[in-house]
Amino acid sequence: MDAIILQFLNGVDKGAAYALIALGLTLIFGTLGVVNFAHGALFMLGAFCAVTTNTLLTLSQKVKDPSITFFEAYIDQPYLVTWYGDLGATIIDWSVPISLLLAIPVMFLLGTVLERGLIRHFYNRPHADQILVTFGLAIVLGEIARTFYGANPLPQPTPDFFTGQVNIGAIFGSDLAYPAWRLLYFLVGVVIMFGVFALLQFTRFGMVVRAGMQDRQMVQLLGINIQARFTLVFGMAAAIAGVAGALYTPTLPPNYEMGMEFLVISFVVVVVGGMGSLGGAVLAGFMLGILEAIVALPVISDLIPGINQVIIYAVAVVVLLTRPRGLMGRKGVMED
Amino acid sequence: MSAILTVSGVNKSFGGLKALNDVNLQVEEGTIHAIIGPNGAGKSTFLNALIGRLIPDSGTASFQGQSLIGQAPQAINQMGVSRVFQTPEIFGELTLLENVMIPALAHADGAFKANWWTSLRDRKAVREVAERELHDVGLKEKMNVVADNLSRGDKRRLELAMCLSQDPKLLLLDEPTAGMSRADTNEIIEVLKTIHAKGMTKVIIEHDMHVVFSLASRISCMAQGHVIDEGNPEEIRNSPKVREAYLGDEADEH
Amino acid sequence: MRKRDYFLLFIFAAVMLSMPIWGPFIDAGYPDIMQRFAVFGLIAVGFNLLFGLTGYLSFGHAAFLGIGSYTAVWCFKLFTMDVIPAIIASTIMGGLVALILGFVALRRSGIYFSILTLAFAQMMYSLAYSVLTPLTNGETGLQLALGDARVLDRALGTNPESGLPSTSFLGFGVSNQGMTGYWICAIVAIIGFYIALRITRSSFGIMLRGIKSNQTRMSYTGLAARPYLITVFVISGMYAGLAGGLLASVDPLAGAERMYWTASGEIVLMTILGGVGTMFGPILGAGIIKWLEAKLSTFNESVVEQAMAFLPDSIEHSFAVVASKFVGEGWHLSLGVIFMLIVIFLPGGVMEGLQRLVGLFGFGKTKKQGADTSTPAE
Repeated sequence: MDAIILQFLNGVDKGAAYALIALGLTLIFGTLGVVNFAHGALFMLGAFCAVTTNTLLTLSQKVKDPSITFFEAYIDQPYLVTWYGDLGATIIDWSVPISLLLAIPVMFLLGTVLERGLIRHFYNRPHADQILVTFGLAIVLGEIARTFYGANPLPQPTPDFFTGQVNIGAIFGSDLAYPAWRLLYFLVGVVIMFGVFALLQFTRFGMVVRAGMQDRQMVQLLGINIQARFTLVFGMAAAIAGVAGALYTPTLPPNYEMGMEFLVISFVVVVVGGMGSLGGAVLAGFMLGILEAIVALPVISDLIPGINQVIIYAVAVVVLLTRPRGLMGRKGVMED
Repeated sequence: MSAILTVSGVNKSFGGLKALNDVNLQVEEGTIHAIIGPNGAGKSTFLNALIGRLIPDSGTASFQGQSLIGQAPQAINQMGVSRVFQTPEIFGELTLLENVMIPALAHADGAFKANWWTSLRDRKAVREVAERELHDVGLKEKMNVVADNLSRGDKRRLELAMCLSQDPKLLLLDEPTAGMSRADTNEIIEVLKTIHAKGMTKVIIEHDMHVVFSLASRISCMAQGHVIDEGNPEEIRNSPKVREAYLGDEADEH
Repeated sequence: MRKRDYFLLFIFAAVMLSMPIWGPFIDAGYPDIMQRFAVFGLIAVGFNLLFGLTGYLSFGHAAFLGIGSYTAVWCFKLFTMDVIPAIIASTIMGGLVALILGFVALRRSGIYFSILTLAFAQMMYSLAYSVLTPLTNGETGLQLALGDARVLDRALGTNPESGLPSTSFLGFGVSNQGMTGYWICAIVAIIGFYIALRITRSSFGIMLRGIKSNQTRMSYTGLAARPYLITVFVISGMYAGLAGGLLASVDPLAGAERMYWTASGEIVLMTILGGVGTMFGPILGAGIIKWLEAKLSTFNESVVEQAMAFLPDSIEHSFAVVASKFVGEGWHLSLGVIFMLIVIFLPGGVMEGLQRLVGLFGFGKTKKQGADTSTPAE
């Protein structure tokens, strides 16, 4: 039983990442009508923002190792530690949360630049061209990341404060510890999702965006400057992907190929949830994340080896065959 | 004469709106049957229900004894029902000849035939049909032009040629002259009269009374999703119900 | 087919068969790269039948390529080292898998189709990479082994006494770096081109173009789009499977990386780089990509610096640093950049570029515009 709950929680954690990427994909698709094959790359770049922050914070100088007295030994000591002592060490330890200060503005900016400079010119081109150009962009962004950071996964530290386990089991009256960081990731994910829904529900900006998702031409006919809002939406989606990527680094060491892996699964999430439905994206993201984790249980994976690697695709096939519009897809949204 | 198309009790609602309300209609073989009626009367919806674009909530429609309800569009077409759309549905990137050869091939080969070895050029019989139909609608000289480059009126004619190349038993025309000049309209009327000599049954939706009264031998008038009156042109011209439907419509608009 | 089409076929055959003569002039005279030109030209031609004619953009073609390779290597291992059964089997397998995938993916069109094929390719990749290790030998890749069964070879007594055998074609050695491998690939590519040409010009081909142009009209014209799409998808999958079989024939090993999404992307890129929907474009694109790959991926920083030696030292160095990111290991960066530039500025690919050039210099002025539009651009 505990094993099942544990896997369930693992799934919730990964599902949050899927849901956040799928949310951004859906936002972009719903408003701009563009399927962004580079969205996984944005997630990956977010993760590398965390790597960059860590690298910057741990810039080091050679200092004499005080613990070795009988000859002169040098160790790398981060400037932050030299300058601020323990406080510096704590800052370094918190590099991943701190990296959000870099990831959010950088990814937002990157998103707006991409929308203005590239995506905008593809609104009136065939869908195939949009797919191709964002696909090319995904390759370029991935390769740029590789030039700077190499091909190997780069593990990132979990802040000490969150390295411990939280006893989730107390809720169920048993004893079940779960990594605190992963819980935090889930919670942050939920907060972001609520934030997005609230933004769309209660602000004028959100109202226009929602109207745009319903009927783009109508909104344009009303003379509302939808262009500027499109840019914001793209920036927002990029920032969400960035946050999701940055905070995921302690769980999964980032490498340049992770973007496409997450993208493909997020696509499946969007298809299963229903193209153009934000709620569907979130729901399907969690569902598929949990499902993937549950089938990884030894009981099941011994029976059907490798099931956890293909279950998501199998579900996508079944959903498409039985409910072509996905779980929560609306009629008329990307029917073909 | 016998009925080629029998529709009875067809209903269709969209949300709360009753688009088709107990539609009954009989189309006699070999006639031109016009459906008139004010905007929003449900005429196009009615045609959509006939060709498999939408499935009615209830009711039956049978074409030569075969039910049309719930059939796939291609199956209905293969029975011999062709439709000219209000906005021409043509193959914009292909030449006129290719545009007409596709339906002609569909008529000759059926819904699917993986004939991937015989060259299109060697399908001489099909090509002759296509050229003849293009000639009939007056587009023969343009047969190597890409269809997107045609004028609106020519696109209409092209679509008509595409439907005719299938030698359909029942041709459905949805406002074939909408938005056309008087001269073009008269030309279309002439083309329709010429092909009518072949004895093909036609159902035509039209706003232009000039077209209706020069072509139709039987007229049904629809209003609010219902057939309110039916008769020959003379009867319809004098029908108080029809007059009311149109006047009521105008009263609403003004 | 008209005379012009036979002329096209003749040109293609002449180019392929004379490659050993002109190849050395572009530093591509050795069998390995010439085989690549032929094999990837073949797969691009097959991909173009799908994407060029119907507009359905598949991101899963590398999966068929990989399956073809695995099938061929298994054929070598189990039955015989002769390449004929292997390439026949890989073609059939490519078609079979395409049939299964097509049945599902072709229920949807447009974006959905692209997403489904991409997801399928990724699934096949992870299956090959880890789950199906007994069949694919996972990360290492499937290779020949001394103890392989080779039932037919042993029965016929053609199994070598010692050492690993090499693939053969009716007794001629293929995989031992001779020209036989190239000739086989070239002949198969010419046959493949001929078949593609026939399909494009057939009544089947016009239906596919009709589907691309207006699916609504197709169905109200009495045509069922789906069987047409499935058929062409299967044909296209067979081309890819065949190409995979050929790759394994000239170099008998198969690895999962052949099915990775970048490999699918490369096939798409070849086709659009050359020119979607044209007969020669995809082959030209395949040639350019494979040539660039062979050249760029072997470069390193020192080669780049040598090439830029004419520049002043300071500039030379910074140029070299930037340029070196695009070569060697970073060759995929060049690939991505080319991809984007082509999609943004030249959606019709090199063939469109050539046409524009011809138009620019007025060579084409004598020919009346649009006078011969009954066939797509060559």
